[in-house]
Amino acid sequence: MARNKESLVLLLDVGPKMHGVLPQVEKVCAMLLEKKLIYNKYDEVGIVLFGTAETNNELTKEVGGYENIVVLRSIKVVDGDLVDVLDQIPRGTVPGDFLDAIIVGMDMLIKKYGPTNKGKKRLCLITNALSRLRDPYEGTKEDQVSTIAQQMTEQAIKLECVVVRGKLSGDADKNVMDENDKLLELFTKKTWAKTLYVESATSLLGALRTRSIAPVTIFRGDLEVSSALKIKVWVYKKTSEEKFPTLKKYSDKAPATDKFATHEIKVDFEYRSINDPETVVPPEQRIKGYRYGPEVVPVSSDAWEAVKFKPEKSVKLLGFTDAKNILRHYYMKDVNIFIAEPGKREAVTAISALARAMKELNKVAIVRCVWRQGQSGVVIGVLTPNVSVKDSVKPDSLYFNVLPFMEDVREFQFPSFKNLPTFQPTEEQQAAADNLVMMLDLAPPAKEENLKPDLTPNPVLERFYHFLELKAKDPDAAVPPLDEALKKISEPDAELLSQNKSVIDEFRRCFELKENSTKKKSTRSVKEKPSGSDDEKEAAEDHNVGKTLMTTDDNTAVKAEISDEKPSSAVANNSSLIVEKIENITPVQDFEAMLSRRDSSDWITKAIKGMRSKILELLEDSFKGSNYDKAVECLVALRKGCVLEQEPKQFNDYLQYLCRFCKDHGLNDFYELLDLKGMTLITKSEAVDRFTSNLLSLCSDVADEAARSFLVTKEPKVE
Amino acid sequence: MVYNLFFGGEVSRLGEKYVSDVSSVLCSVYLISDRESSKEYVVYVVDASPKMFDTSCPAREKKNLQDINGVFVFTVAGEDGLGRPTARLIKEFDQIEESFMKNIGSQYGIVSGSRENSLYNALWVAQALLRKGSTKTAEKRMLLFTNEDDPFGTLNRVTKLDMTRTTLQRAKDAQDLGISIELLPLSTPDRDFNMSFFYAVMLGLEGDALAEFIPSSIERLQDMKDQLRKRIFKKRRYRTYTLSIASGVSIQMSAYALLRPTVPGNITWLDSTTNLPLKTERSLICADTGALMQEAPKQFQAYRDQEIKFSREEISQIKRVSLTQLCLLGFKPLSCLKDHHNLKPSTFLFPTDEDTIGSTKIFIALHRSMLRLRRFAVAYFGSSTHPQLVALIAQDEVITARGQVEPPGMHMIYLPYCDDIRNPEEARNNFLHMDVTFTTPRALNEDIQKAAVLMNRVNLKDFAVCQFPNPALQKHYAVLQALALEEDEIPEIKDDTLPDEEGMARPGVVNAIEEFKLSVYGDKYDEGESIVSEASKKRKAIAEKAVQESANYDWDDLADNGKLKDLTVPELRFYLTAHKLPVTGKKEALISRILTHMKK
Repeated sequence: MARNKESLVLLLDVGPKMHGVLPQVEKVCAMLLEKKLIYNKYDEVGIVLFGTAETNNELTKEVGGYENIVVLRSIKVVDGDLVDVLDQIPRGTVPGDFLDAIIVGMDMLIKKYGPTNKGKKRLCLITNALSRLRDPYEGTKEDQVSTIAQQMTEQAIKLECVVVRGKLSGDADKNVMDENDKLLELFTKKTWAKTLYVESATSLLGALRTRSIAPVTIFRGDLEVSSALKIKVWVYKKTSEEKFPTLKKYSDKAPATDKFATHEIKVDFEYRSINDPETVVPPEQRIKGYRYGPEVVPVSSDAWEAVKFKPEKSVKLLGFTDAKNILRHYYMKDVNIFIAEPGKREAVTAISALARAMKELNKVAIVRCVWRQGQSGVVIGVLTPNVSVKDSVKPDSLYFNVLPFMEDVREFQFPSFKNLPTFQPTEEQQAAADNLVMMLDLAPPAKEENLKPDLTPNPVLERFYHFLELKAKDPDAAVPPLDEALKKISEPDAELLSQNKSVIDEFRRCFELKENSTKKKSTRSVKEKPSGSDDEKEAAEDHNVGKTLMTTDDNTAVKAEISDEKPSSAVANNSSLIVEKIENITPVQDFEAMLSRRDSSDWITKAIKGMRSKILELLEDSFKGSNYDKAVECLVALRKGCVLEQEPKQFNDYLQYLCRFCKDHGLNDFYELLDLKGMTLITKSEAVDRFTSNLLSLCSDVADEAARSFLVTKEPKVE
Repeated sequence: MVYNLFFGGEVSRLGEKYVSDVSSVLCSVYLISDRESSKEYVVYVVDASPKMFDTSCPAREKKNLQDINGVFVFTVAGEDGLGRPTARLIKEFDQIEESFMKNIGSQYGIVSGSRENSLYNALWVAQALLRKGSTKTAEKRMLLFTNEDDPFGTLNRVTKLDMTRTTLQRAKDAQDLGISIELLPLSTPDRDFNMSFFYAVMLGLEGDALAEFIPSSIERLQDMKDQLRKRIFKKRRYRTYTLSIASGVSIQMSAYALLRPTVPGNITWLDSTTNLPLKTERSLICADTGALMQEAPKQFQAYRDQEIKFSREEISQIKRVSLTQLCLLGFKPLSCLKDHHNLKPSTFLFPTDEDTIGSTKIFIALHRSMLRLRRFAVAYFGSSTHPQLVALIAQDEVITARGQVEPPGMHMIYLPYCDDIRNPEEARNNFLHMDVTFTTPRALNEDIQKAAVLMNRVNLKDFAVCQFPNPALQKHYAVLQALALEEDEIPEIKDDTLPDEEGMARPGVVNAIEEFKLSVYGDKYDEGESIVSEASKKRKAIAEKAVQESANYDWDDLADNGKLKDLTVPELRFYLTAHKLPVTGKKEALISRILTHMKK
């Protein structure tokens, strides 16, 4: 386990000009530590602050100098306290000297491990590199950097610098900035170092690799240009989705006294024969069957092994072709990277020559790959050049992506846009669109590209780890709102919008959008199910979520209605920010929008109250049952909302009131409709995991009472 | 599920090759279409050549239910109505090419004087076939192949009017029953297929809809195959998305999955004694107490020596980052979309005015601007389980002789986050072997020139994506068919994905490769050993030693006399290592493993 152990020293600039971005620095470092606590528990981390008023480090004690640098924590195995330390790092008062900090960090690593330790050693520097560095005692700063770089190479220490610039750092002395940038660049030439410049809070959060995954090759062998020329390559994953952590299912069955309880749940699969459901068929008696039309063809694994397609492990070149023949949307998977085998100079040169020639001629290579011996299929893919910039130590490489086979394509036909005369934009409209596309620019020249994938963190993961930390301290903590900097990923940048307000207004003026009123609610559109693999799952999950929110009642009428109204409510949620009361036209959507408002808990009460009076209003205004359907819709939404917001009593009381109301006003037909739709009180079972015990008893009381007085035919299920 | 129907009509211009070709294409269609939902009923209505319909066809073929002249229904004997294609049907259909002209070739045309209207009859039979299943739960389609744009053109005026009227009525009736009729028109070299004679009315196409209908000028049979392949699947969108462009401006788009990896079908577990399917039961068992659990309400993650519990609501709340389906964030030049910005197959977007009128116009305007300015849109895709950033690339329509190759619209490409991008090229061990001066070899200009020459030599000029069938999949189907039909021989599948050895052996290519090799490797090219890690060297050494040591024992003798237990564990491991068996476990386990391996 310790094989990939990493020792990391964080060098954080806390000087005055950094104060603005320190919240993000705290966040990204905390996330790094939180991930380490889960995935790399044995890694060791130290924290050094520079730009502080105080001075506290070993070097200053030993040799003097190195002022305004504080070792906040010496190198230790990661633990929870470390995360707490980063909750609020002390703000400094003087401009920091990053070169001194690097030396202090390096000194810590060398003292702790000495030259014998072969583990990974990494320095992470976050600074704005704007303050003038002190002059060395002898030689130039460049000499000093060279000496440090050499030392780092010898000790196999990596250096990662994140330099905060642009509007995040404010004004700066250009000369100092250029000098510092040159020094940092010198590092990248002389040793294993990398410098990233970030200009927005969002990319600062994405600049640091928060989880280090040891790269593993998926193929080592020859890239066969022909039988006469084989280039030795290693293939790695270049992109691979970092998944949401797989959570374990929790069992509360273990007694509270059992300290060693794992609380885990084992999932067990049993196979039973259809004719005789009592007997379990043992694994050796099972055989795989493949569908072939309506038949299922049984095939034993041995037989299958004997006849199946068995390609040889190899990567063969089929040829080169113009890059324009491979459109970008044909890429089927995540990306691999072909690197010449390290240490083979000629192979590195060969790959470099191929990559550069491909780039020059605008060509790509088509290859046929079988990564492993015994792999069940082949892939056809495309190699595109990835040429390193000048002076970088990175070797040239090739990116690989899988291309589709004939069977993977569905060639649907679509009408040509030219053949849609009624939909042609006018010149004015086209100009407005051109303007929008031009002005709503995320990659303005001479500035940092916004939302560059390489610097954009996953907001969901960020929120998960943050929530995990909050929950560790308080199990009842609420899900935290999204960080402001992360909102820029999911919402348009307000600044960009206000800069281009006239362009957007013009666009809005030019085009007219209106709801299609003639559209008949076809049964097809509801039924249309996703056919894609991923989204199918997604839809299924969506459906499940919907289901869990619903009662366990057998009557499906209510369920169907819920799923029907889903799309429309999703649309309405867009405008949720402005919904303040329940209107006549879209009561359900308004209600949901109000519930989803998180700025004040009053909205829930207001929403429920509003909905209740809206339903009564609907019933009162109803002529021969004309509003009944709408009222039921509202009632269903109210019920769902009350289950979600843990207000079952509100709903149950109201439903009972509604029944009395119906009887008193001779609205028996509505009462029957409710019965027909399977409307029930919110039962204990629905709310069971949300309530403390006293509430539980309250709930069941209500249910019992309901059983006697309310909807005689439908008894709420009480466990 | 799928059904074929041939009816009389004038196809003589295309002749027999056409019909047999349709058959073979249809045959290949079956396998793929079988993966689709079982809730689809299709009748392929094929216009067949105009000779006498021979009623004395072989017994296994069945005449249509109503025994109507001029219509021939091909199916497996003994099966009624619509069946899903079985292995046997596919096989037999495969052979139809030979028997077709002899036996089936319906030989009625619609000739003047005759009251026989085979198109009418075909529609009637097709509709009868599609009676099965409710339109509420299943898709019903008729695919009509014909090259005759004016089926009643040769008749006199009165009969023509009459027949047109009755046929149209028949088509309308079918459509009213929820059956959609699709036409696959075939043009002939000297004449385009004219929709306006008859079929526009029959399919109910007017105005824009008629323009939208792509009159495919199919002249070559190969093109017809392509056309047919496009119609195999009902064009089915799987979602509609709303793209919010600015506050108050949201347009609607339909999403289609044009590219998804096709994999061999799911496996079903069977009881090997009865070959009956097994029912899978999943149960949750508490690891601490062994109690059977219902679905777990909470999940947890171990963190800081605690178990942090999450409810399902909390998890979905964490994942709910955005409430909008697609939210436009801005535009970037196409050069910002790098080759490594990809995670999974793209999704195709096409505008729809179904809910919001005006969507299509805005879409077309943006599409044009993006194409002209060479920019793509960045949007946030707020799915409830997998929210992520996407790039929307405008794709212009591409039409070749094959028909529409690239439909116009936008492709949604799923972008990675920084957490998903790795930098293995920066991995330190790539540099460990490098000299202290830390220079990475780069190709010289000369090397690059030689590589360029090589590239021009080995140029795939007309390379088209998806031109290769997947050999693994083809083999899979072939094996299944052979097993299902209990054939002894498994057909060999040609692997089209292998490099063109012949082309590579051309002197020009060989020379270019040799020159490149000489330039880069000098004259000391040898394939050489790869660098082997310390660990694998050690492993190899141990294995070699084990083989040597193992040879010193007479294992058979030891096993026969039960003396294995007298050996030490390291000694036993020699045998195991030498035979590449696992070396873990207690001594008894090792001995039994050795015995099993020796089959004793």
